[in-house]
Amino acid sequence: MEIKRITTPLEDSVIEGLKAGQKVFLSGFIYTARDAAHKRFIDALEKGEKLPLDIKRQIIYYCGPSPARPGRVIGACGPTTSSRMDAYAPRLASLGLKGMIGKGKRSQAVKDAIKEHKAIYFGATGGAGALLSKSVTSCEVIAYEELGPEAVRRLEVKDMPLFVINDIYGNDLYETGTQHYKK
Amino acid sequence: MREIHINEIVSAIEKLFIDANYNLSDNVFDALNKAVEKEISPVGKEVIKELIINANLAREEHIPICQDTGLAVTFMEIGQDVHIVGGSLADAVAEGVRRGYKSGYLRKSCCDPFTRKNTGDNTPPILHTKIVSGDKVKIVALPKGGGSENYGEVRMLVPSQGKDGIKSFVLDMVTKGGPNPCPPIIVGVGIGGNFETSALLSKEALMVPLGERSNDPAIAAFELEILDEINKTGIGPQGYGGTVTAMDVHIKMMPCHIASLPAAVNIQCHAHRIKEITI
Repeated sequence: MEIKRITTPLEDSVIEGLKAGQKVFLSGFIYTARDAAHKRFIDALEKGEKLPLDIKRQIIYYCGPSPARPGRVIGACGPTTSSRMDAYAPRLASLGLKGMIGKGKRSQAVKDAIKEHKAIYFGATGGAGALLSKSVTSCEVIAYEELGPEAVRRLEVKDMPLFVINDIYGNDLYETGTQHYKK
Repeated sequence: MREIHINEIVSAIEKLFIDANYNLSDNVFDALNKAVEKEISPVGKEVIKELIINANLAREEHIPICQDTGLAVTFMEIGQDVHIVGGSLADAVAEGVRRGYKSGYLRKSCCDPFTRKNTGDNTPPILHTKIVSGDKVKIVALPKGGGSENYGEVRMLVPSQGKDGIKSFVLDMVTKGGPNPCPPIIVGVGIGGNFETSALLSKEALMVPLGERSNDPAIAAFELEILDEINKTGIGPQGYGGTVTAMDVHIKMMPCHIASLPAAVNIQCHAHRIKEITI
């Protein structure tokens, strides 16, 4: 398959060139956050507090890695199911978040937010936690350390293999792909 | 009476959960290799290739196959001529899980249902015991991730719904899950018994090796019929579209009440981690 190489922070011109079904290799910094961290993000915003990271033009990876062995950067780090973050994602997109990485279908509200705020949703292969760990070159907990696997981590990735699922043109790989092979 | 010391159980459980999470069994590995041949979607093929590379990397570099190293589902068949000595069996299983998840660098994914506070050591395990004849103890470790487990359900069907009812129930669960339970999936179907045994049967069905058919020819044919229907949905590997949505379907069945048709579906992801030992 043809592979498109992209880097963070995500510029609009790059997002405009991404179409559902494409395979991409992502390099740069991304941030992990899943259920508990998202809840804290939104609670902080409700209280008028600042988020523990500047999400403008950044990508959040829905991931809770397994513990790193001594001498290793990270443990297995595949995606978790994204739909549990659907309640929070549109708000973050409105604040400038440009990319989300996870697995599984998104709600209509998230798909609308992707179009409205020019964002993108990537799928990482669920259950390929060992493979995905090989693209992580550094990992640092930057917030909510007490949440263990759910803490917010800044990962540096090199050529992380992803597929574009929802693009700004309203395409959805889950729908078109399934429709195409349905008998 | 044969005596088995709990220390032996602790150590077996510790090793099984580590082994299961790092070393995909040959049976599942072969099924992935068959799936990559069978899949016609280029994206689908690419995904399965990633899964094969992933399984090799996990084994060679000691990285868990998936970061969701699961709740520690443990099945034990205990021979009635065995006397467990040295302490409580339930405590021994929990201790084995505690040690395995710590020394194996496995993720602790067990928490309080409401406060969501992590128990910290992946205990308590989910332990199922059965008393059987003989003087051996068989232990099966089936670490089970949340993504696939979330698409399980028990339904008390009406007897008149019969096989068609079961088939549409399974297809309903598979399409509802779509990409979320990490296809290509394995589907366990429990039929009969009562409310709780149907659920247990569906999980036991997941323990049948991939490619193995039910002893009952009619049920074996029904398994293949459901598998074929699932693979016509188009969901494909990771839900990106394709012809291999499921790698296998297994049915476990037992008689039920004259008024009932209990059925359960338990979905397993492609990272089907299972290891067993007989002591």
